[in-house]
Amino acid sequence: MSDTTTTTTERAPTVYVPSAEALATVLAPGSRPPRPSALAASLTFGWRAMLKIKHVPEQLFDVTAFPIIMVLMFTYLFGGALAGSPRDYLQFFLPGIMVTSVVMITMYTGVGLNTDIEKGIFDRFRTLPVWRPAALVGMIFGDVLRYILAAVVILGLGLVLGFRPEGGVVGVAVGIGLLVVFSFAFSWVWTFFGLILRSEKSVMGVSMMVLFPLTFLSNVFVEPSTMPGWLQAFVKVNPVTQLVAAIRGAMSGDSDPSATMWLLLWSAGFVLVFGTLTMYKYNRR
Amino acid sequence: MSRRTTGLAIEAEGLTRSFGDTRALAGIDLQVPAGTVYGLLGPNGAGKTTAVRVLATLLRPDGGSARVFGHDVVTEADKVRSRVSLTGQYASVDEDLTGTENLVLLARLLGLRKPAARERAAALLAAFGLTEASDRQVKKYSGGMRRRIDIAASILNTPDLLFLDEPTTGLDPRSRNQVWEIVRAVVSHGTTVLLTTQYLDEADQLAGRIAVVDHGRVIAEGTPGELKSSIGSGTVHLRLRDPAQRPEAERVLREALDVPVQLAADPVALTARVGEAGTDLDASAQAARVLSDLARAGIVVDNFSLGQPSLDEVFLALTDHPAVPADAHDDELEAAR
Repeated sequence: MSDTTTTTTERAPTVYVPSAEALATVLAPGSRPPRPSALAASLTFGWRAMLKIKHVPEQLFDVTAFPIIMVLMFTYLFGGALAGSPRDYLQFFLPGIMVTSVVMITMYTGVGLNTDIEKGIFDRFRTLPVWRPAALVGMIFGDVLRYILAAVVILGLGLVLGFRPEGGVVGVAVGIGLLVVFSFAFSWVWTFFGLILRSEKSVMGVSMMVLFPLTFLSNVFVEPSTMPGWLQAFVKVNPVTQLVAAIRGAMSGDSDPSATMWLLLWSAGFVLVFGTLTMYKYNRR
Repeated sequence: MSRRTTGLAIEAEGLTRSFGDTRALAGIDLQVPAGTVYGLLGPNGAGKTTAVRVLATLLRPDGGSARVFGHDVVTEADKVRSRVSLTGQYASVDEDLTGTENLVLLARLLGLRKPAARERAAALLAAFGLTEASDRQVKKYSGGMRRRIDIAASILNTPDLLFLDEPTTGLDPRSRNQVWEIVRAVVSHGTTVLLTTQYLDEADQLAGRIAVVDHGRVIAEGTPGELKSSIGSGTVHLRLRDPAQRPEAERVLREALDVPVQLAADPVALTARVGEAGTDLDASAQAARVLSDLARAGIVVDNFSLGQPSLDEVFLALTDHPAVPADAHDDELEAAR
């Protein structure tokens, strides 16, 4: 895949002459196989996302380099001031920065969709007789793998820096599981914006406006108890707060059923509302 | 083969569609017989692409109705989708993926199992001369190869109706001929083809019937023969050595052909239609007479050509205005690609 310069300049050795016989064999009307199930179609679209990662591995920067920078930056920036030492801060902070990084990455779903539509490939997908949301669900399946990769990178770095989750392997796995569930649901916000906005730049612009308040005005960086009352009120209802509380609980071996319930409710709400809006727009573009 | 060659493939009545203030479709009526190539001829911005997108279920019309093989494109979109395929003007395959991956992906989405999908992909790539390029990313393909993989992707499911939106725009003459051969093969196997084009000769070469589209309406419809007999079958283009001789040349032409002569902005150029309906000579005989008359009058001709009328001339004949893109923005988009 790296020999781009040689392949583009290479001349086809023989000129293609369409042959009636060769075309006849592929044009013979075969029997039409039954249409694939919703899951099979979605997984096939997910396979497309995998292939794109294989051909354009640079896109994994967002889910590797970016989270590493986030962890290092904030751990050493705030650690000493807020918890006495970066190592102590990390016990509190790691689940939070994991959520922040992954939730921020979800916006690439919208950017990717917008680019695909711009290029025209979705015209073909939309004329296929398959379960309509499959193209989008498959795309998000691919993104979920990116979320998992980002979470694992952050966890690995955290462990190296001294993060010691009391909840053990199971607690950490449950925590990452909750994060993936929420991120899958939250991605539908971006498919919606990816469909209604004109360019990928505007998708990025809107996403920053949404993501910064959502991730910073939460319990990610500090305990909300020192904040003014009106801010605490926002922080309390912020789904990111619930998500962080639930993951902190799971990873520290002291689960937080109320936060977990709220987080699952929020997730269901995002899929229901933004999934429906997305499909409405998708069908009527 | 005969299971799908009867009746009408497309029936559209009064289709309208606007984008903001732009009226892209102003009431299009179409009747496309099954098993034929039907050409939609018009300039950029005439509404050809919008019409195709409505008929391919990608866009809802504001008004009017359309049926594809008897199925309504809005209320029975899924039934329509199972029988049609679209090759759009822009990428209708994924440029990041290889040729094989693109075709396998689509074959699987159409319900083939993995081994069958691979087999189908390999057969299509071979038939379209892309076997050697099968493991290369599509973004590294040449323009002609791109078009071929687009069309290969469109006939994966051997559709009953294939939409080809300007399939040869931007291609070199050889690639264009290849696409034409493919279209002929596709239609000979019973698939109906709706083709949009800006070139009269392309529509003439391929289509059984042509609808000329302008400002979202069909302004003329018929077989290529009928259309040409209404507008003349050819045009002579002349370039003189001496611009001072142009008035004299114009007079000679008018006398020889008995048609209006157009004076181009270029001071040495003239254009006139030949082969008009009702004249007793065919286009080449008329052209020969023009040349000898000019020579006798002592007018030096540097460049002479006899060709089919251009889209501009067709429009001039049908509408009294040249084929101006309705929306200049469209042109910029074209240029940017």
